[in-house]
Amino acid sequence: MVAPVIALLAVFGLYPFARTIQLSVTNWDGLSSTFGYVGAHNYVQAFHDEVWWKSIQNGLLFAVIALTVMQGIGLLLALGADQKIRGQSVYRVLFYLPPVLSAIVVAIVWKWLYQPYGGPINELLGALGLSHLERPWLGDGSTALLAVSVASVWQGVGTPFLLFLAALQNVPDELCDAARVDGANRWQLFRNVTFPSILPTIGLVSVLTFLGAMQIFNMVLAMTNGGPGYATEVPVLHIFRAAFELNQFGYATALAVLFGFMLFMVSLLTLRLTKREY
Amino acid sequence: MSDTTITTTRRLPSSRRRSRPRVLLHVGLSIWAIVSIFPVVYMLLASVQSTQQIYAGVQLIPDGINWSNYTRAWGEATFGRYLANSVLYTTTVTAMVLLLGTAGAYAFARLRFPGKNVLYYLILVFLFVPIPGQFIPLYVVLVRLGLADTRIGYILPMINASLPPAIFILRRFFDGLPREIEEAAMVDGASRFRIYRSIALPMAKPAIAVVSVLTVLSVWNEFVLALIVFSDQSLMPLQVGLQTFQGTYFSEYGLMMAALSISTLPVVAVYIAFQKFIIKGIMAGALKG
Repeated sequence: MVAPVIALLAVFGLYPFARTIQLSVTNWDGLSSTFGYVGAHNYVQAFHDEVWWKSIQNGLLFAVIALTVMQGIGLLLALGADQKIRGQSVYRVLFYLPPVLSAIVVAIVWKWLYQPYGGPINELLGALGLSHLERPWLGDGSTALLAVSVASVWQGVGTPFLLFLAALQNVPDELCDAARVDGANRWQLFRNVTFPSILPTIGLVSVLTFLGAMQIFNMVLAMTNGGPGYATEVPVLHIFRAAFELNQFGYATALAVLFGFMLFMVSLLTLRLTKREY
Repeated sequence: MSDTTITTTRRLPSSRRRSRPRVLLHVGLSIWAIVSIFPVVYMLLASVQSTQQIYAGVQLIPDGINWSNYTRAWGEATFGRYLANSVLYTTTVTAMVLLLGTAGAYAFARLRFPGKNVLYYLILVFLFVPIPGQFIPLYVVLVRLGLADTRIGYILPMINASLPPAIFILRRFFDGLPREIEEAAMVDGASRFRIYRSIALPMAKPAIAVVSVLTVLSVWNEFVLALIVFSDQSLMPLQVGLQTFQGTYFSEYGLMMAALSISTLPVVAVYIAFQKFIIKGIMAGALKG
């Protein structure tokens, strides 16, 4: 019964993984049937690739914004919705709507909202008498990354919200009641009871958020394609280009290996740091 | 403990003391609720207005509904194609994931075979190796197998990518089912397969619903793999199609928003119809994950 699953996994999962490592030390162009081994050359090249470092830096910026703003809003909303309030299920449904939409649709809608002419955001600024703030949000190198980030935070908030809410609802009521009886105020209750209880979830969600933000691709491709210049170039886009536009498959796989290793180490570290400890 | 302490602690949750923060709470939550749906509503509003009207500012209450953007988007030969392709890929992948996923998950939950746990964790590892990290070698495999730019070359890796989460959800469900009924059936001489088909599967309906909905949404919204597999326009699914479509028609905002609305409405409909399954599935996964 598991045989078909194993077969698919082997062909489309394990084999590609092993091939990645192998291809990363070759100069394969993606087309020829032969290639030569070049040792660590691709890895050395990556080290000197300024656009690659720029893309890592941009990925980290996306990640920092997601970890702080997106998770912060998600946690606040979850704390709010965790109270026994009316309409909790309505809020849940509305907050989780953006994550079920496709990133391409979200990207194109936001791209329109940001348009310099006829774009609703600039129209609104004009109507409010703030026309000096109008700008081509995605075309301006100083605002492009932030603008893409706003769209991706908008879409992403629902996920940490739901996961935090699940964790909050799992905190035993007795624990909170006991703290209240002992005279804890709201802040003390959050700091000493709620927060430690949901810390492992915060850790897990942070890892998911970090992985998601570092690997942002669809949205960037559809909104800015990495531009203007390299203002929104991100690692996955850079890897994609190296392989499918420049036909440097060997180099692209080396970048993928480096990137994967980096994500793995950061995830491991985060999970370690937020492990439940008493 | 004296009586007074008890009364004060009891009074804490009374409605009077909480009424003010509750209003603030609703205001805060409502603001984000509006933020969450506003771009979608705005897209829908723009989709029934002419591009000239949109340039002049989208009307929040449109004078009239102008369906011409929809008929135009629909009539664009390629767009209808993308839509049909997406329907085909989504149904095929979901059907195959249910078929293979339930069988695999049931085997992991009930059968004993060597290397079971190692294999299970190997499958779970793929939950964390996303497609972007694998797309180059995957492309190599597809080229080697002669499957690049073919429908089957998209469907097979999509099934593979959708199976780990499906098996994860279904196995946990089968693990939670009581074994007694199945054991009774076995005593009566029913085969393993018969038990799986006639007892386990019907009981797993809620989990199957969760897996179906999540798979439908993820296949419908998938982009990266389609971008790599297809160069033939007539085989592309919607998401890649929309990326091509925006290259040609982006400045015709009305038409663009109509095309986006057509692509999004099925997702929103599925989401609203099955929101209980989706939200419960994700929240339950969060606690045990």
